[in-house]
Amino acid sequence: MTEEIIIAGFGGQGVLSMGKILAYAGMMQQKEVSWMPSYGPEMRGGTANVTVILSDERISSPILNKFDTAIILNQQSMDKFENSVKKGGLLIYDPNGITRHPVRNDINIYMVKASDESAKQNFKKGFNMYILGAFLKMKPLISPEYMKIGFEKSLPARHHHLIPQNLDAIERGKEIIEKVHTI
Amino acid sequence: MKEIRLMKGNEAIAEGAIRAGCDGYFGYPITPQSEVLEYLMENRPEERTGMFVLQAESEIASIHMVYGGAACGKRVMTSSSSPGISLMQEGISFMAGTELPCLLLNVVRGGPGLGTIQPSQSDYFQAVKGGGHGDYKMIVLAPASVQEMYDFAKLGFELAFKYRIQVMILSDGAIGQMMEKVVLDEQLPRITDEEIKKKYPWATTGKTPDRERNIITSLDLDPVRQEKINIHLQEKFKKIAENEVRLEKLMCDDAEYLFVAYGSSARVCQKAMQLGRDKGIKVGLLRPITLFPFPYEEIKRLSSQVKGIQCVEMSAGQMIEDVKLGANGKVPVEHFGRLGGIIPAPDEVLNVLIKNFIKN
Amino acid sequence: MENSISKEKICQPENLVYSKTPLMTCNPLSYCPGCGHGTAHRMIMEVIEELNMQAETIGVAPVGCSVLAYDFLDIDMQQAAHGRAPAVATGIKRLMPNKLVFTYQGDGDLAAIGTGETLHACNRGENICIFFVNNGIYGMTGGQMAPTTLPNMKTSTSPFGRDAASTGQPLKITELVAMLPGTSYVTRQSVHTPANVRKTKKAIEKAFQCQLEKKGLAFVEIVSNCNSGWKMTPLDSNKWMEENMFPFFPLGDIKVPK
Repeated sequence: MTEEIIIAGFGGQGVLSMGKILAYAGMMQQKEVSWMPSYGPEMRGGTANVTVILSDERISSPILNKFDTAIILNQQSMDKFENSVKKGGLLIYDPNGITRHPVRNDINIYMVKASDESAKQNFKKGFNMYILGAFLKMKPLISPEYMKIGFEKSLPARHHHLIPQNLDAIERGKEIIEKVHTI
Repeated sequence: MKEIRLMKGNEAIAEGAIRAGCDGYFGYPITPQSEVLEYLMENRPEERTGMFVLQAESEIASIHMVYGGAACGKRVMTSSSSPGISLMQEGISFMAGTELPCLLLNVVRGGPGLGTIQPSQSDYFQAVKGGGHGDYKMIVLAPASVQEMYDFAKLGFELAFKYRIQVMILSDGAIGQMMEKVVLDEQLPRITDEEIKKKYPWATTGKTPDRERNIITSLDLDPVRQEKINIHLQEKFKKIAENEVRLEKLMCDDAEYLFVAYGSSARVCQKAMQLGRDKGIKVGLLRPITLFPFPYEEIKRLSSQVKGIQCVEMSAGQMIEDVKLGANGKVPVEHFGRLGGIIPAPDEVLNVLIKNFIKN
Repeated sequence: MENSISKEKICQPENLVYSKTPLMTCNPLSYCPGCGHGTAHRMIMEVIEELNMQAETIGVAPVGCSVLAYDFLDIDMQQAAHGRAPAVATGIKRLMPNKLVFTYQGDGDLAAIGTGETLHACNRGENICIFFVNNGIYGMTGGQMAPTTLPNMKTSTSPFGRDAASTGQPLKITELVAMLPGTSYVTRQSVHTPANVRKTKKAIEKAFQCQLEKKGLAFVEIVSNCNSGWKMTPLDSNKWMEENMFPFFPLGDIKVPK
């Protein structure tokens, strides 16, 4: 098993940290992992993206131009990465702020209204966790207990009291994912 | 079970240095390697091992602080990225001339000048052929993973003290910024002052009545003596070339075509190799781990086996000169590189190999 | 010839009232006759001998006339790149905090190419001593203009006299470092008369004492002559120094330890 994922959106949406928790949880579940961010000035308010690879084998290139899954959180990223999804792959996006929805018909497309949900639940910081939950619904690569371990390992102890709320958001994300197009 | 952590390359080398018993770090922030200094400040190595960390006023000051500490027999390091490493060349040359061991990290970014902060491999010549003045070499290690960033801190100090030489870890922004799993070792003890006196009799530890004074200098105005010093250095580099070549080969046994790449380019080529194998192309990968000493012999050997060698570097073609020396005209050697901070994609690299050697 | 003077007759214990410190080697000094470097070296070594700190001292030599200081000083020494001695000394002292560490630098080394390293080592309050020999000229390279060359003073790169309008006024770096909170003791002395030599030795003692008491950086400037570079006899150069250098670089303590 190798899963190659791009997560792309605005800086501040939790793109990098979502990838980090996924990678950490994968590592704790004995997977090989890599987390390759875009870095530099664009992190500060501009677009941010991270390539996360989870694999049962040694990971070759941490830098890719084709992905099994694209998680897309703004229009710029949609424009940039829609065509980077491998044929038969998965695209998950939050429709909030999206003016041009994905058009490909050779991939599976799902949406998750994470912005709305995080506002509704008054948990705006958990935005990326609803997204992560939606991804894990489609690709159940990491079991819930390892997600918990991933949080514990990647967060400093002073933030551990926030873990249950985040795990709940992941579970909620699994429920609110909506099918747009499947092949 | 050993401790595992998800770490950035820059963090991994900092942790690796602490655990290898490093005595001191002197450095100056520059993207994309500032996490090295940040990690060291955050993790309080002074409390953990007594390792000392200082943010210097410049890269120039940093390297000369390293010089001062190294001349006392201490395990000392600095890190920077391309423009900062250029500033350090004066101190590196002085350390070459005085045979002071140290660990240097270059997390390469695109140049020339300020260039870009994105990953590049355009400092190969500077690292491998000697960036400063004078006839000298450093041992150059090229990590291709975060684990190697961690491991090479310890290996680097071992080699530095084994040969009294500067060891440069030639990384790049991709390896520095990415996170991967790192398996951590137990903490090694720092060397004591008594051990330094015994193991490194050349170190300036204070002149005691039982020995002559120790002088660390690269100056000798007598050309006859200076020539002898230079011959001694060259003999040392030759010995290193004979004994310290490190490389990794993947799927080379039946290979008809060969990628040669180091660092993050080697990771891209590994994927390209897999894509090629999926198409039935018998392609292998030779990854030099030491860039000095360079694996000329292995390239020579493979040159009589394969039909073509595809070098891939994030530069306009620097390592290829060494690959050509190894191949010595026996087999065509082609270069492919992206410049200015762009990392080539695996299928892009494979297509180049196909175009160069198979379609024609 | 009973009354003739022979070496054997002179070398009687009662006549041996003056000797070199054993911390100076037997190598003949490479400095020009009349130069102050030898005296400055000797004062530093006498103080280290009196402190009984030979085994605990690490010195840093600069680039300049005193680049070969390690030939004359019988202590462990490192030779630093031009201007970088304060950074080198920082590296030593931070990793060997119990050692007595000093740099010995000239004006070009300390106040031109090494200004950054000097100011920052002073500002950090590195617990080291800097001995700064200021003769207003680059001696070793053959008499070029230094950052401390006086206005209108002729050197090989200011053959018609230093034009301060173009090259600036001489840099009073000693006054500059005295402003920094990291320095504990800042003084300016000379070694051209026995009385001044004694004062300089006292200043060196005080500087090392500051280091032993971890008070911060101690900075001793020694205004000296360069009779070769100034193209004068030693005597004339000392007179010229008193008349021209001292008004611009007045002797005395600038900052005393608390």
